[in-house]
Amino acid sequence: MTDSLRKAGMSQTTLPELFPGGATFDAHTAADGLVEMHVDRSGLIGVLKTLRDHPDLACDLLLDICGVDHPEREQRFEVVYHVASLDKGHRFRIKVPISEDEPSVPTAYGIWRAADWFEREAWDMMGIRFDGHPNLRRILTHEAFQGHPLRKDYDPAQRWILTEDETMVPDWVTETIEDEDHFETQILNLGPSHPATHGTLRIVVRLDGEVITKAETEIGYLHRCFEKMSETHGWNEVIPYADRLNYCSAMNNGVGYALGVERMLGIEAPPRAQMVRLILCEFSRLMDHAVCLGANLVDLGALTNFWYFFQPREEIYSLLEACAGGRLTVSYARIGGLVHDVPDDFEERVRQLLRTIPKFIDDVDRLVTKNRIFRDRTEGVGVMSAADAVAWGWTGPCLRASGVGFDLRKEQPYMGYDEFDFDVPIATSGDCYARYLVRLEEMRQSLRIIEQAVGRLAAGPVITDNHHVALPPKSKVYSEMEALIWHFKLIYEGIKVPSGAMYTATEGSNGELGFYIIADGSGHPYRIKVRPPCFAIFQAYPHMLEGHLVSDAIAILGSLNIIAGELDR
Amino acid sequence: MRQPDGSSAVLTTRIATMLAWARKNSLWPLPFGTACCAIEFMSTVSSHYDLARFGAEVVRFSPRQSDMMIVAGTITDKMAPVVKRVYDQMAEPKYVISMGACACTGGFYRAYHVVQGVDEFIPVDVYVPGCPPTPEALIEGVLKLQELIQRGETQYDRLSSKGRHVTDNST
Repeated sequence: MTDSLRKAGMSQTTLPELFPGGATFDAHTAADGLVEMHVDRSGLIGVLKTLRDHPDLACDLLLDICGVDHPEREQRFEVVYHVASLDKGHRFRIKVPISEDEPSVPTAYGIWRAADWFEREAWDMMGIRFDGHPNLRRILTHEAFQGHPLRKDYDPAQRWILTEDETMVPDWVTETIEDEDHFETQILNLGPSHPATHGTLRIVVRLDGEVITKAETEIGYLHRCFEKMSETHGWNEVIPYADRLNYCSAMNNGVGYALGVERMLGIEAPPRAQMVRLILCEFSRLMDHAVCLGANLVDLGALTNFWYFFQPREEIYSLLEACAGGRLTVSYARIGGLVHDVPDDFEERVRQLLRTIPKFIDDVDRLVTKNRIFRDRTEGVGVMSAADAVAWGWTGPCLRASGVGFDLRKEQPYMGYDEFDFDVPIATSGDCYARYLVRLEEMRQSLRIIEQAVGRLAAGPVITDNHHVALPPKSKVYSEMEALIWHFKLIYEGIKVPSGAMYTATEGSNGELGFYIIADGSGHPYRIKVRPPCFAIFQAYPHMLEGHLVSDAIAILGSLNIIAGELDR
Repeated sequence: MRQPDGSSAVLTTRIATMLAWARKNSLWPLPFGTACCAIEFMSTVSSHYDLARFGAEVVRFSPRQSDMMIVAGTITDKMAPVVKRVYDQMAEPKYVISMGACACTGGFYRAYHVVQGVDEFIPVDVYVPGCPPTPEALIEGVLKLQELIQRGETQYDRLSSKGRHVTDNST
């Protein structure tokens, strides 16, 4: 990642001049290239507003808000904001220290709408209040939950049992609307056990006849405590958990996390490992889009495409199984490379897939793209303008369908994406149809990348020879004393990541997948905050529904591709 | 029973055996899919693995139309009342397959928001291990359930022989 300050055409001394007086802060470029600022609670809103509104800063995208707990510090908590400018390409991290006695900061909801759920999450997980937030209630845990689980003094296994009568019912459900024109008003609950909600999302809508007039969503039904679990496991042991974030494209998460830790360690995976990662990540992206489109079309009544897409998926699964041993949640990445090399016929199999997959994409294309019924169901449905999409914190295919060509593979190339020739498809109408078109084209672009990558697959090792990070080969462990010692130390002590914090983002299948990793020099992460693309996307969903029919709600939901593992973590 | 040559034949069996035979070959799954396992469940019912070959392809999302609940995925404390309620809504006889490590034991999520096995609150007939189990493993789970049904050894048989219902909270 290039230096954000330099990118913004600013220096460390000129930067504070941009901000209104009164705010005490220092700004510097952090190790991960972001501009880091420490701001007082009182000056926070002024600084955030300037970040958004100043033409030289133009930080229009709020990426993430999270809390960090440092029980040993006088100011126990730290609220961390990550913001980015799509236009300028620079990124800022704002840290606000707050005390345990008064753990509150003013809400940023008025500046970026994306703050809505991120602030609720920080409240739920860390117990940080956001003064002025319109709906600051728990989001991931349930109603009977007590305490804030990501605080360091919370026991990871302490559960609270929810009974059925305590489940969430929005306040407005009981409101009566006394209006003769709206006598048909009724409340409808969708999910969480509903096929179109993929089993884990819950939506409560108020209907006026058939039209949705108000909607609210409830999530957290798959909150599996990823962030707490990662604090109790070793650095490499987090990879299986990370793979289960977006389980439709597991490889992308594991690699994203591994890249983050590798940056903190200052190492790089060998070229062969990078290339295999890239090929499998692109296959995973393709599969993810195939599930999304297949499921979306099933929800709209077009079952055939689901079968068409599941056939190539099976073939890609077979390839992943041959490489990693697992089909779905592969756990193939390791910090410093891959767990082991690919099979001998890897290239041949990839080329075979490159020959067969386009047929399935073309079949669906011919069957659906010009289909009258499909177009009637999706065109003009769930329209999201570019400005709104950015304000909600959207990234990935959904943002690109609204006309913003933001793709981290181009913006901040990692794993050598800049050496590949591929296009970032963009649609402008921002509706369900546009999201379908973008995903379909991205599948073809992924194949294009793989085609180039498979020719560049160099021979060599697939994991770093740095034995602070990777185990020495077993043959050496049995024959050489030094290798045995390294093996012993690594097994007993784990990888030791130097103290510090870095935010590393990769282009996941749904958008920017960020890992904000904090290390304290021990054998396990101090704190990991995932910036899940789905989370930002789904918070806009209830607002998109108003004025639509229930059947449109299903079409919109399918087009957003909400994966609960990533949404709830 | 009319034979091809026009003559008649008689088949003797016990009513319970015949019912079990009918039930085991027409299991209608209710996929309670929440996570990764649900994706593998989709693979299982898709064309490649084709669960239809084992008489269990009529996937129904309505609990009132299905008799085999497949809990596929992690169940959290927030979701638990929903699972219980959907299970209670199924008509008897009903069976439960717990698919994957999370549904069986909580898996590697020994955490503050995850149920440590769905048998905390519903009776489970077959546990399918794996994270997630392969489609082959799930199919084997279905076959195992068929065996249990034929032998009359499911949780439903066990409890109804004691005059209790599987939905009884005292289980």
